[in-house]
Amino acid sequence: MRQYILRRLLIAGPSLLGISLVLFTVLALAPGDPFSDLATNPNVPPEVALALRAKFGLDDPVYLRYLHWLAAMAHGDWGFSFVSRVNVDTLILQRLPTTLYVIGSSQLLALLIAIPIGVYAATRPYSLFDQIANTFAFIGFSLPTFFTGILFILIFSIKLDWLPFVYSTDISGTGLARLGEEIRQAIMPVMVLALFQAASLTRFVRSAMLDVIRLDYVTTARAKGLGQRRVIITHVMRNAMIPVVTLIALQIPAVFGGAIVTEQIFRIPGIGSLLISSILSNDTPVVMAVTFVFACLVVFFNLVADVLYGWLDPRISLR
Amino acid sequence: MAPLLEIKSLKTHFATDDGIVQAVDGVDITIDKGETLCVVGESGCGKTVTAMSILKLIAMPPGRIVEGEILFQGRDLVQLTSSELDDVRAKEIGFIFQEPMTSLNPVLTIGEQIAESLRRHEGLSRKDALLRTVEMLKLVQIPNAEARVHDYPHQFSGGMRQRVVIAMALACKPKLVIADEPTTALDVTIQAQILDLLQDMKERFGMAVMLITHAMGVVAETAQRVAVMYAGKIVEEAGVDRLFAHPGHPYTQGLIRSIPRIDLDSKHRGRLETIGGSVPILINPAPGCRFAPRCRYAMSICTEAEPALREIAPGHRMACHLGEAP
Repeated sequence: MRQYILRRLLIAGPSLLGISLVLFTVLALAPGDPFSDLATNPNVPPEVALALRAKFGLDDPVYLRYLHWLAAMAHGDWGFSFVSRVNVDTLILQRLPTTLYVIGSSQLLALLIAIPIGVYAATRPYSLFDQIANTFAFIGFSLPTFFTGILFILIFSIKLDWLPFVYSTDISGTGLARLGEEIRQAIMPVMVLALFQAASLTRFVRSAMLDVIRLDYVTTARAKGLGQRRVIITHVMRNAMIPVVTLIALQIPAVFGGAIVTEQIFRIPGIGSLLISSILSNDTPVVMAVTFVFACLVVFFNLVADVLYGWLDPRISLR
Repeated sequence: MAPLLEIKSLKTHFATDDGIVQAVDGVDITIDKGETLCVVGESGCGKTVTAMSILKLIAMPPGRIVEGEILFQGRDLVQLTSSELDDVRAKEIGFIFQEPMTSLNPVLTIGEQIAESLRRHEGLSRKDALLRTVEMLKLVQIPNAEARVHDYPHQFSGGMRQRVVIAMALACKPKLVIADEPTTALDVTIQAQILDLLQDMKERFGMAVMLITHAMGVVAETAQRVAVMYAGKIVEEAGVDRLFAHPGHPYTQGLIRSIPRIDLDSKHRGRLETIGGSVPILINPAPGCRFAPRCRYAMSICTEAEPALREIAPGHRMACHLGEAP
């Protein structure tokens, strides 16, 4: 098992390197950089603009710029945001916790909804419960988050006035009151993301369970008189979770993508809204850093999935 | 003495899109304490469904026990709920499945899988269950049992897995073991070893065995009594010697003639006989004897009236119009 995890870790390094190369090249090919405004600014003399460009190596060939970036990253230097006038890493560290908090809770909530419902529905397929669960799941993933987000704001903030619809970073107060406010303002974005995730996960959990429930070893387990509960939990669920883990790992990039939209809707000062604003202002170092952080998170969650696999299925870790 | 297991006119039907499949349609079987009964018949004749019905292991729905009683030590298992049956499963009646490659859970060690029934039925602690498991593995002759108890099913060969399945079925020392084609998926040399092992276990624990098979060779080697099934019904039942010496039903005769003979010299060996045709579809079967379309002795009565199971000699029953008093 330890060797298996080690091997997965060794693969993660080169994949990150590959990803960073692709990201950097694509960004370099895109028009615009932090100094492109200088060329049209009448207050800046052309020779000053050129000198600045030369100083930051903006007109070097792509591979040289990439190597510069890589060398700087290796020293822990993430670059400087010319728009915000702060280091990129401080900027990201300010924003990342909020995003992880919102996405993490929504994923957790999605699992807490999807697994029990999917498992229960699979134990009595085509029952009333199963039909209702299926219908809701279908509605759930047919509605995009930007629609449900606005719908939620309309209902819970404007009509009922229960929840704030703008996420604020400077909450006054301390202790429990502050914590309560933090939770209150996260409810809507978390719900919007979680319901969308839970919808497709429920259907997937259900079908994975149904695939396993028919297998011979489940009949063997029943023949041992273990009782429905134990048969379902130890024999069916453990095997059915293997494809579910795959799906969750594969969906992580989409979850971050979806979070960008949700962050915009609820004005959450997360890493997604940072990405949007830096793209709009041509803040290339920030764009590069944020996309790279996304890549790191995706690679990390894949790693977690691989480890979970090895734990769930002994045939994988022993090979 | 009352028999250990008595199945009375059991009917198990399955609802399908094409209609009701009458997979088991009025089966009577009795097994005495310590006896080996073989149930033979070709694929699709309802052997497995009969066996699975005893512990309600068939998928319900679409399956349904429509009629009949299954008396085990005087208690009707058909009336029990699935959770009441859990006390009978493995504890009183053990089940050995056909396919050792798929009948073990791939993500649990074999030790965990054997121990869980010991813990459920005998209330053993984790440690005691492990000790008993190792003991069982030694009994079924798995070498190096202390270490292998922690291995996963994929680390065993087919024959070894079937030994594990046997250890699992016998762990709680049931009074009856149902073995559903335990050797079909194995190669010939392993088949003989597994049959010997079953025989050995039966003598050691004094349990009754219901062995389901389609191989007449297996029947001759292991059975005391034989029940021949055809299309969801018992067509003949007799002691094993009697059945091989005086097979009464044309279907049984056909089965026995289709065994390759190596005891005859080549002059007398002809082409191996077969029974022409195939098993009928059990949705709305035609009236009369279900074997009639394939029977070389079929008479007009055979397509009109269903023959009843009647005693033709002491302990020998058969369902055929042949030799009936007119």
